[in-house]
Amino acid sequence: MHSNGSRVDRRLTILLLGMAGATALLLALIMLFLLSEAWSFFANRWMDGSWLQLFYSQNWYPLEGQFGMAPMILSSLAVTVGAVALALPLGLGSAIFLQFYASPRSAQSFRLLLNVLAGIPSVVFGLWGLTRLVPLITSWQPPGASMLAAIVVLTLMILPTIALTSASSLASVPRELLAGSTALGLRRNTQILYIILPAARAGISSGVLLATARALGETLAVLMVAGNVVQNPSGLFEPVRVLTANIALEMAYAMGDHRASLFASGLLLTVLVWLLSWFAHHVSRANKQERQHG
Amino acid sequence: MADRVFTWLLLACALLVVSALLWVLSDVVLQGTAHFSWQFLFAAPIDAGRAGGIGPILVSTLWLLLIALIVALPLGLGVAIWLSEFAHGNSRFASSTGITLDILAGVPSIVYGLFGNAFFSIYLGLGFSLLSGGLTLACMILPVFVRTCEAGLRAVNDDWRRGALALGMTRSTAIWHIVLPAARPAIVAGLILSIGRATAETAALLFTSGYVDRMPGSLLDSGRALAVHIYDLSMNVTGGDGAAYASALVLVTLIIVLNTLAQSLVDHWFKRRLKIA
Repeated sequence: MHSNGSRVDRRLTILLLGMAGATALLLALIMLFLLSEAWSFFANRWMDGSWLQLFYSQNWYPLEGQFGMAPMILSSLAVTVGAVALALPLGLGSAIFLQFYASPRSAQSFRLLLNVLAGIPSVVFGLWGLTRLVPLITSWQPPGASMLAAIVVLTLMILPTIALTSASSLASVPRELLAGSTALGLRRNTQILYIILPAARAGISSGVLLATARALGETLAVLMVAGNVVQNPSGLFEPVRVLTANIALEMAYAMGDHRASLFASGLLLTVLVWLLSWFAHHVSRANKQERQHG
Repeated sequence: MADRVFTWLLLACALLVVSALLWVLSDVVLQGTAHFSWQFLFAAPIDAGRAGGIGPILVSTLWLLLIALIVALPLGLGVAIWLSEFAHGNSRFASSTGITLDILAGVPSIVYGLFGNAFFSIYLGLGFSLLSGGLTLACMILPVFVRTCEAGLRAVNDDWRRGALALGMTRSTAIWHIVLPAARPAIVAGLILSIGRATAETAALLFTSGYVDRMPGSLLDSGRALAVHIYDLSMNVTGGDGAAYASALVLVTLIIVLNTLAQSLVDHWFKRRLKIA
């Protein structure tokens, strides 16, 4: 009986180890393929010393061999920063309202609404932006398909995530902190601003960074409303093209170096997201240590 | 005074958020129902989707989801169990697998599309097909699913594991009857997250499963997912907005229905086993 049992255990261990190995292999494969497809592009530009031009040249004429990604990198960053700058105060404000001010019933329906909208596909937000928002902006400041439209659509897309993660990290602040600050006679806004928010900082910031990564990586919702003209983001009403949208638009007909350049920009996006998540990891760990020592 | 201003500010934030989100939701529901009929669910699209329905597209969507789940769920659950139960905390292989999973969980979906196109469609020669699209989706949801399940498994109280061992259960029995049922909420959460991401995905499918809106004859046929259909209708087909909204309504409803189904299936399955245990 015992030996039979341990044999099952051993088989399970081997099976699971095999699965883990297969997964690790798969992950390595993804990296390998992205690198190998982009390799020739990077290697050529490294050899003739023109690789820096990718980051400052304004000229994206892939069919003539000019691959300046600067306008698209800047547009990606501008749209993402804009969306987070709008969504953070709104989401955090409504999370605080939800957690400390709303009546139980309205809090429940608010939470339900946020949960439903967190699950709505981004292409639906894009559709809404294209058919509602863009005509609205056009009637005010043509051409309508613009950086502003992209920022608003992305904001709506990441708002539920930011509000829900913030609300749950506010909810996990120890009750004693709240009770203690009430006993000290602190007013409600002082309590929230100086006691609760600092205590929930780690959870809020990791939620925000998650949302930032989502906004940076979003393709079609942005493509549908941003106008997709390759130019530096110079004004809110100017059309822009972001890195992800560029891949989606040009992949269908890209060949040779052009195709490799799209893989290179995919790799660039991956590195950006990776830096963000590394940063998030760092922030949450630093916070934890600070709290342990403080 | 300051307190009152603060309260008003918060209320304004909440009202703005609720009204903006309700605006989007009501547009989808109202414009969607205006164009929706039961015929729409089953008929083939006519005139690039302006008329007709979404029958073949719905079939392709479900095939893509099925392939992705069949590949990703067993593999993901296995890896999660291995990471939480067998890999001893600081083994180098386990920690590097964990880090890679974290990085891949954040990779933009269009990058998965690039990989799927290069590997499944071209290198493996699957072309633009449901199979390469579904496998690309599987790669995309795998990291998220593993990480959610692993977190749930790790959160199971160690006393339960020790108790099971003390009763003379083998580790496999303990995992099957004690640890997995206890981690049920996390597994459901991971499943819902994966279904949501896979069903909503557009960018990863554009260059792997393709655009063709005919009924797929086999898994090697190209098929158009519902999300891709919405994108195509609104961007490339003038006068397709009504059908796009109806498709959006179907997509949102589909995700909600699938989530409820996943929740009740997992609950049912684990409850039966907990009773025996």
